[in-house]
Parts: sequence; C-alpha cells; structure tokens
Amino acid sequence: MTVDVLAALPKLAQRLGGEGAVLAAAERLSGGASMETWAFAVETLKGERRDLILRRRSAPFDPDTSRSVSLAAEAALIEAVRARGAPAAPLVHLCDAQDGLGEAHVTARVSGETLGRKIVSDPRFEAVRPKLARQCGEILAQIHATPVPDAAVLKSADFLGELARYEEIYRASGAERPVLELAFQHLKKHAPEPAPLTLLHGDFRNGNLMIDPQIGVAAVLDWELSHIGDPAEDLGWICVNSWRFGRPDRPVGGFGDYADLLAGYEAAGGRPVTLSRLRAWQALGSLKWGVMCLMMYQSWAGGLEASVERPMIGRRVSETEVDLVFLLEAGL
Amino acid sequence: MITHPRAEELTEAVSRWIDAVRPSLDPRNAFLARVAANILGVVARQQQLGPAAEAAAVERFTVLLDHRGDYAGLNSELCDRLRAGDMDVTTPGLIATLKANVLDQLAIDQPNYRHEGLAQP
Repeated sequence: MTVDVLAALPKLAQRLGGEGAVLAAAERLSGGASMETWAFAVETLKGERRDLILRRRSAPFDPDTSRSVSLAAEAALIEAVRARGAPAAPLVHLCDAQDGLGEAHVTARVSGETLGRKIVSDPRFEAVRPKLARQCGEILAQIHATPVPDAAVLKSADFLGELARYEEIYRASGAERPVLELAFQHLKKHAPEPAPLTLLHGDFRNGNLMIDPQIGVAAVLDWELSHIGDPAEDLGWICVNSWRFGRPDRPVGGFGDYADLLAGYEAAGGRPVTLSRLRAWQALGSLKWGVMCLMMYQSWAGGLEASVERPMIGRRVSETEVDLVFLLEAGL
Repeated sequence: MITHPRAEELTEAVSRWIDAVRPSLDPRNAFLARVAANILGVVARQQQLGPAAEAAAVERFTVLLDHRGDYAGLNSELCDRLRAGDMDVTTPGLIATLKANVLDQLAIDQPNYRHEGLAQP
C-alpha cells in the first residue's frame, strides 16, 4: 500500500490540534529501507504551534522474522522508560486506521544535535561534552531498570546467542575474512559469564542521542532494536570505535571515558559491570557492525536495494577488522 | 597501461564533476553524490595501492602458512585453520600478519579512519 504522507498529515494535524488546526510545516527527514521520519508542525486555531515528529513504517513488517519491534511497542517503551526518568521524546499519538498513515507514531520534537561528528568536535558542545559519558551511564541504568511493558513483545539474546546469529549470517554471505573468523572463534572461547537479562535500548550509540549544548542528553532516539539482553551489550555498543567519529582516544561515543560511563551506571543503580566485560561486548559490537556492513553490500549485490550507498558500506568492513585486530592484540 | 588519460585521471574528472553539481542537488541526492565521489576515491586508491597491497599480503600469508599460493587460496586456507582452531591469538606472527593486511586494506577503503590502535594519545 502506498501512502501519501503529505496528503494525510493535514487530517492528522486536525486530529491532534483540534477543530481548525492546520498543518504548518512538513518535511521528510530521513528514509531508511523500512522506516521514514517526518518533521511537521501543527498550528491550532489559537495560533499555538507544536513541533512534532512522525515515524512510520514504509515497508511490510513481519514481527516473527524482523529484529525490529512494532511502532506500537516502541510507543509503549518510550512511555515506560520515561516513567523511570530516562529522556525520550514524549509520545503524542499512536496512529490508527483513521489516520491513513499505516503503522506510525507521533512524538514531540526535542531540539538538539544528533550528528555524531558535530557532537564530538563542534565547539558548541565543548562545555557539555565531559558530562555526556556519565549521563549515558545513568540513562542506561534507568532503561535497564524499566519493567518490559505488556504491549512490547521483545526478543531475547545473550552473548553467545548474538555471536551465533551473526556467525550464521557471516557464513551465509560466503565472505572469507580472517579477522572476522578469528574474532568469532576467540569470542566464543572467551565469552563473558551470563548475567541477568534486562530491557535494552539495543542501538544506544552516538547518532541515536539528541544532544543539547546546555543539558547534554536531551533524548534517546530510535527504539526499534530494543530487546531483552545483557546490560553490558548497551554499555559496549556505545564504545564501538565506528561511532567515535574520529576520536578513538575518547572511547565512549567519541566524547567520554569508560570510567565515567561505568560510574554513572553504578551510581544510578545499575549492577556493576567490569571494564573487561564491557570490552568483550564492544568487540562483539565491532564484529556485528562488520557483518552488518557485509549484509548491506549483499542487499545491493542481490538486487534488493539499488542505492549507491549500499555497496560502499561494504568497504567499511575493513574498519571493523582493524579495530578488532587491535582489541584482540590487547587481549580485549 | 595507456596514458592521455590515465585511469586515475578519468576517476578524478568524474569526482570533480560530482563536486561541481553537488550544491544544486536536494539533500538526499547531495549525500548520495558525496558517497559516489568517495567510491571513486576507493577505486583510485585500489588502482594505485591494490597490487602492492595484495603482493605484500601474499608474502605474509606465505610466511605464516609456510607455503606458496595465490591470495584467494591462502586467505581461504587461513580462514579454515582459524575456524578449526589450529591457529588463534597466541599463534606467533598471526596478529602481526592480520594487522598489516587489514591496515593496507584500510588505506584503500578509508585512509582517514581513526582506528582503535590510535586510542592511546
């Protein structure tokens, strides 16, 4: 089903803003293969303006095979983590058939910066940057303490489960990459002890954080990969060098240090996580990203996607190989 | 190979044209145009650095595996031996070989990438 979003938004504006409300602006921000984000504004009859974000699924969704959660589940997660104090953009509306937008939800628009490179290098963020790693730790503790809402049916994965899933994808790709092979075998042998599983964000990294130059982390975005897992997975993922944007010397997102992240996590009630446990997950994160890059190349090679971007991402595998070889040399 | 023009001059000409038209494109296409220019950079560096990088990789594989062969064959054998557990991080020369090979590849794919090995100031 093709949806004309621009045609459906004025009706939604009326529903959200009441009688006489109009659509004041609408702009598509990004479009992945399966998800679209639109910025729009509603102006009420009294002249009040609300800046909003629409997220909608633009391709068919199979909850059994997809790693993503439904947008209804995302909405429930946003509400649940906000109740525990974690910053997420407040939910405004979960779309239904009446809206004619398919599977979609509307949140408030939180202002700030999401571009990783700007967050790590722009002078505007100099003052707040040293506080971000600790804030990230605190926020993750809040997310991990959140009971899974009933409306969200989430998948579970532990270290060996994740490793096996990505090894299967790697094998199926037919690629032969000695560093990835070594990393699979090494991590299998040196997997950290299992820990009690909790709610995870699942894609907590620089790029999915809305950063305000004054307050720091204003919102955690993009809950679609949320699942149940080892808390160290979220802590390790934000330390993967691919999201440090040219600042490998600042291991947490290119803006902070491990010690601040872990201290913030513990101070906010998170179960203590050792650095070596975090680093094992960080290495698995680099390995996963390497395999994802292979997958994105393959989606192009197999004719599923035509974008010029996809084959180029295949050449990002080598960045993960270099990062992994240094991690393996350091004993992780 | 022939000159007037050399292959890298052809990729450079296309890159420059992409840069020239990029400001007139919508944001999505401007982004994709930058990706396209980056792709031409990879192709040009592979032309320039690829043959020596592959020869050096074959040399390193030959020492590590203690016999001669071509790149694909040696690479494949190494993967099999790693998977079988015949070799691991403690194998003398393994990490050094892998590191040299992937750094050569990174110099082609993303020469400006600041990798994990640069983490210590």
